[in-house]
Amino acid sequence: MKIAVCIKQVPTRDWQPKLNESRTWIREQDASYEMNEPDAYALEESLRLKEKHGGEVVVCSAGPARVAQVIREALARGADRAIHVEDDGLASADAFVIAEALAGAMKDEQFDLILTGLQSDDQGFAQTGVILAERLNLPHATIIMEVQIENAATRVKRELEGGWFQWVKMPLPAVLTIQSGINQLRYATLKGIMAAKKKEIRKAAAPASTTPRQKIVSLYVPEKAKKTQIISGSPAEAAKTLVRKLREEARVIS
Amino acid sequence: MILCIAEQRGGKLNRASWETVAAAQQLAAGQPVTVMVAGTNLQSVAAELAAAQVQEVITVENAALEPYTPDGYTAALKSAVEQMSPAFVLLPHTYQTRDFAPKLAARMNRAILTDVTAIKQAGGETAFVRPMFQGKLTADVVPQGPSPHFVTIQIGAYRADQAARSSSAAPIRALPVTLNATEIRQKPEPPFQEARQAVDLSQAERIVSVGRGIKEQANIPIAQKLAEALGAELAASRPICDAGWLPMERQVGSSGQTVAPKLYLALGISGAIQHLVGMKGSSVIVAINKDPDAPIFEVADFGIVGDLFEIVPALTNALKE
Repeated sequence: MKIAVCIKQVPTRDWQPKLNESRTWIREQDASYEMNEPDAYALEESLRLKEKHGGEVVVCSAGPARVAQVIREALARGADRAIHVEDDGLASADAFVIAEALAGAMKDEQFDLILTGLQSDDQGFAQTGVILAERLNLPHATIIMEVQIENAATRVKRELEGGWFQWVKMPLPAVLTIQSGINQLRYATLKGIMAAKKKEIRKAAAPASTTPRQKIVSLYVPEKAKKTQIISGSPAEAAKTLVRKLREEARVIS
Repeated sequence: MILCIAEQRGGKLNRASWETVAAAQQLAAGQPVTVMVAGTNLQSVAAELAAAQVQEVITVENAALEPYTPDGYTAALKSAVEQMSPAFVLLPHTYQTRDFAPKLAARMNRAILTDVTAIKQAGGETAFVRPMFQGKLTADVVPQGPSPHFVTIQIGAYRADQAARSSSAAPIRALPVTLNATEIRQKPEPPFQEARQAVDLSQAERIVSVGRGIKEQANIPIAQKLAEALGAELAASRPICDAGWLPMERQVGSSGQTVAPKLYLALGISGAIQHLVGMKGSSVIVAINKDPDAPIFEVADFGIVGDLFEIVPALTNALKE
């Protein structure tokens, strides 16, 4: 089975945001980056499916030169080769632009299964996998917690809201967006890291003309919905003050 | 005209539909709003929606729309939206919308803005406000290209009771659509729950909830002791349950339980939007986090910035005094 997994490089969780001068994007040079967490679960799922059903895992990523870092990491964890759609303009691109860039580079590969994370920790569109499916004219399912392969079809466990689930069957090839927590992640071994250095990364150009479907006119630190009383002091003092406030002001404990 | 697509399952209206009607009415600013609902046996859902102050309620009935599939909804709603030619199409940002709306927008080659929390007018443009970078930043975004523009409204961003109702029921009209059942590639099975939920967090008066800041499973008892001292239920954000440190039934958030206790104490929870939608209805929210910029402080009434491993035991002791 020929499996593609789409990964995105995003700022790390402990990154403190800084804005560019026009306040329409982040100062990228200040950010440190890592693999988008749901994509890491999609990668793990693709490796498990390959171990069970054979075939190969191809990592696909659209972004500037820096995304080579997460591509190498995916190769070190066990992916076989990679496709990198490289363009500086993809760093802040919307989901249409990313999906169309990926679709262009992936369409001739004839993948049996394409996995993505359900959304990214940067812009959080939750659209790229679904738009990619439409551009490749493939069926899809989103927010997947289990993947079964049966002949030329897949049966997947789709998460619904509030603790409900649903199994959905569809023919292959198909696109699935993977939910965090579907599996337990593996880490790269030293052997994997060494092997990754020899694996192929095919560079592809972004489509010559892409049409952004949205424009960020302003980016800012969120306005507070509530006025928060920040309690200071040593841990013991702060704890005492909080207990007093919860008893006397908020009256939510006795 | 603003088109609002309501969500129903098995003839039951998803409450978030009313929140989307409220958003549509605000965006419309006097222009007509139309509500659309798709599926089968839509009479009672349509009658319920007709109470809204809207121009009309459109039903898109087709046997191939039951059960829900993204292929069926995309084909039927493309046909319906094209017949109506609205300026904007608003939908609630539910898991079902996330499943089909990007496909619908892609098939129509139209912009889609997801997880929108507010709508602004600025410089003659309509901007849509949405969280980015896990809620650390907020963006004002303007859709580009020809209309209609699709917009999905975050659950809880608008209040259902803000939707204007009319004393006379809006007319209901059935809109025929072209839908070929053979286009539908997904074969869904009936929804199910993994296990009967033994813990009903929605009834808890006080909840102590732990997030990534707890670092490892061995530290859970620190939170457990505080919960006992407070007479609270112990809950967690998704990553903690994914890791198996607490059972899934104790998860608060969009994929877990929605809670509204008198007191919600968030320990080491950064406050990703998927968590906030599950708990921001709590009466009093306390956040303890080492990061003063963590989004959880945006909804907190009381906050302590610092090391939870020092503060939580101190809090447990202070409660015993």
